[in-house]
Amino acid sequence: MSQAVLFDTPGPRARRNILVANVIGGVVAAGIVGLVLWKLGQEGQLAAGRWTSLFTGSAWMNFFLPGLQNTIVAALYSVVLAVVFGLVFGLGRLAPLAPVRWLAGMVVEFFRAVPVLIMMVALYIGLGAFGVVSPRDVPLVSVVVALTLYNGSIIAELVRSGVFGLPKGQREAAAAIGMTHGKSLRLVELPQALIAMLPSLVSQFVVILKDSALGYIITFNEFLQLSRQFGGGNGNMLQALIVCAVVFILINWLLTRAAALVARRLSRRTSGRTQPRLVNAGAAGAAGTPAT
Amino acid sequence: MNLFEQVSFLFSSYNIPAAFWVNIQLTFWAAIGALLVGTVLGLMRVSPVPSLQWLGTAYVTVFRNTPLTVLMLLAVLGVWSQLKITFAQDFATNFFIYACVVLAIYHAAFVCEAVRSGINTVPLGQAEAARAIGLPFLPAARLVLLPQAFRGAIAPLGNVLIALIKNTTVAAAASVAVETSSVMRGMIEANSNMVILIFMIFALGYVILVVPVGVVTTSLSRKLAVTR
Amino acid sequence: MRNVRSIFAVAAVAALGLSACTTDAGNDAATEDEGTGTSTSTATADGADCSGGDGTLRIGIKFDQPGLGFQDGSTYTGFDVDVATYVACELGYGADAIEWVSAPSANRETMLENGQVDMIFATYSITDARKEVVDFAGPYFVAGQDLLVREDDDSIDGPESLNGKNLCSVTGSTSAQKVKDTLASEVQLLEQPGYADCVTVLEAGQVDAVTTDDIILAGLAATPANSGKFKVVGAPFSEENYGVGLPKGSDMCEDINTAITAMIDDGSWEEAVTSNTEGTGYTPNADLNPPTPAACA
Repeated sequence: MSQAVLFDTPGPRARRNILVANVIGGVVAAGIVGLVLWKLGQEGQLAAGRWTSLFTGSAWMNFFLPGLQNTIVAALYSVVLAVVFGLVFGLGRLAPLAPVRWLAGMVVEFFRAVPVLIMMVALYIGLGAFGVVSPRDVPLVSVVVALTLYNGSIIAELVRSGVFGLPKGQREAAAAIGMTHGKSLRLVELPQALIAMLPSLVSQFVVILKDSALGYIITFNEFLQLSRQFGGGNGNMLQALIVCAVVFILINWLLTRAAALVARRLSRRTSGRTQPRLVNAGAAGAAGTPAT
Repeated sequence: MNLFEQVSFLFSSYNIPAAFWVNIQLTFWAAIGALLVGTVLGLMRVSPVPSLQWLGTAYVTVFRNTPLTVLMLLAVLGVWSQLKITFAQDFATNFFIYACVVLAIYHAAFVCEAVRSGINTVPLGQAEAARAIGLPFLPAARLVLLPQAFRGAIAPLGNVLIALIKNTTVAAAASVAVETSSVMRGMIEANSNMVILIFMIFALGYVILVVPVGVVTTSLSRKLAVTR
Repeated sequence: MRNVRSIFAVAAVAALGLSACTTDAGNDAATEDEGTGTSTSTATADGADCSGGDGTLRIGIKFDQPGLGFQDGSTYTGFDVDVATYVACELGYGADAIEWVSAPSANRETMLENGQVDMIFATYSITDARKEVVDFAGPYFVAGQDLLVREDDDSIDGPESLNGKNLCSVTGSTSAQKVKDTLASEVQLLEQPGYADCVTVLEAGQVDAVTTDDIILAGLAATPANSGKFKVVGAPFSEENYGVGLPKGSDMCEDINTAITAMIDDGSWEEAVTSNTEGTGYTPNADLNPPTPAACA
């Protein structure tokens, strides 16, 4: 529903009221911001020295950029592996064979329900105890596997709902020209479902990037961890955390914009719906039942 | 030790239900807060006032894109330590409340989007009819839009609730040390020969908490869907 | 449709390729930031020939404790780093064969157990509880638990005066445990992931003291960012024997003890203590230092 129909176009009096409310609201907001800044100033948190060291070559070359790189590497691994996981189990849930559907459903529901942090911590300690991977890769592998299992199960749901979301006519047309269930899925439905889910995939990237910040708890040298290390060494922990938050917001905002752009571009190429999912609450479950 | 002995050993040496109870309490308070703030934000985003729309959008952009971990750390190091906002003299209570507030603020952004998606399910004609009988924005929202929007938003709201249940583990970053992920960590470190068992206990605990929420919200959303 | 599918295939292949090459770059960088950076060691025996070991030695240190283990840009400094460098050399690993890995207090046992590091020099107190899961060589230093307070705070002169005060320590450290066991009824304890977090909270006044070992506190108080803001109370109330953390069943304990003894005998130990505590006003307890490494288990 477009917003314009929810209310009448404001008349002169309403416009005046809005203006007055805006001025009052603005003054109140400015007051709160001022109070916070004053308090931070009192605590010496606004002193120039606490901020300038954040914008030196050494800070970025030795701390922020390597951290960002590790975050992005972990996220890329997770995205690729989660797509593979999602395709396998998403198609599993569409399989004609009931036991396969049942098994895939169990796996997906299980990994959707377990908190990422619980998986990360268990993997971090467990992988080492069993010696399956080279010890120095344990933190990276734990982060990637935890993110893959969780986001993979979300993507499996996307695949399934993507195929369900196609107009029935597509399947019927495929059947009409003599395609089997598998052929119809492979040649007609899946390609369109994949394109329809591409924007959601991009916004899943946001979830993965955010959740990778949990890696600091298990000694993975990602962006948050190295930001904290820098802040710890230079007496500006709070400022380093703020830089960290701003960088995360910027990257994720750009990704969200990209998802919207992709959605608009691709809507012509599929009969599925390409809206990026509205809800993706980070370190936890979303998707499944698409918003209707 | 056989499996049964191991399980009873773990349950007798550690208070696992108490750890889950902390997460359930966090979920309860944060869910109420997130629902209230999120609904207000959702209304702001569809309201006639441009500045309110802008504020709602800014809120969602900021809090949806920041890792929850970073928010938790900023709450302790920035808000509690610098701005000195204290909810209780007792540290344990204070940080529990902080964790609830941060969880509520973070998930409010997702509740807002869920409410908005719910409003999107209400057909144009409903709003036009409300306007036609002379209802201004707020009464129209309260009497016509929101009752239908919440029905349409049940499934996405259920998803936010599931997310919230699982995200309570991140409260560990805000000095809440008695919740599940911290307790599980301590248990695994002390009994590293039972890693898989301990993980399965906690994982199944979450499955038991989360799966019913999914089932209930899905069936509710079907049952309450406005027939059109 | 075929067209569409090929686009998707190309995108998928591109994503894989992209991740593959970025990952390589990432691993290089990871090596770099985990610290093949050379340490500015003053303690390595002059002209010593550090050869004989194969591959690299991964040593866990703190990255955030000035004067002990600290990442200063791309280099690593501190007493722990100097001792580790000396010992590594004696074991046959030169400075460029050492890989420094950050070992936060709460993760030290796990890092040894799962093999992320070969040994740990991270203000790691030898305790009976820890001996059950890891082995120790050393001790190579004896410190004492003390309190760090704000410069203008005269109300605290030892653990007895902490009644009704708020205290901060680091998760997983012995100090936190000791406070919980003996002082918990009278003080409120805040546990944070690192000492820098504690210092931030102390500066803001939300806690009244930070507790851990005196040498750590002295280093924290003396960094340029904190100078003039804090003071160490100077009434240590425990004995903390810093050992070299090793995986359970390690065969390196004897060699490390020999190296530590050699370092103490040839004066490098003294030199490392002096150069790393210079300007902090800290002097180690002379009755207990330098310690004699205990017999290996």
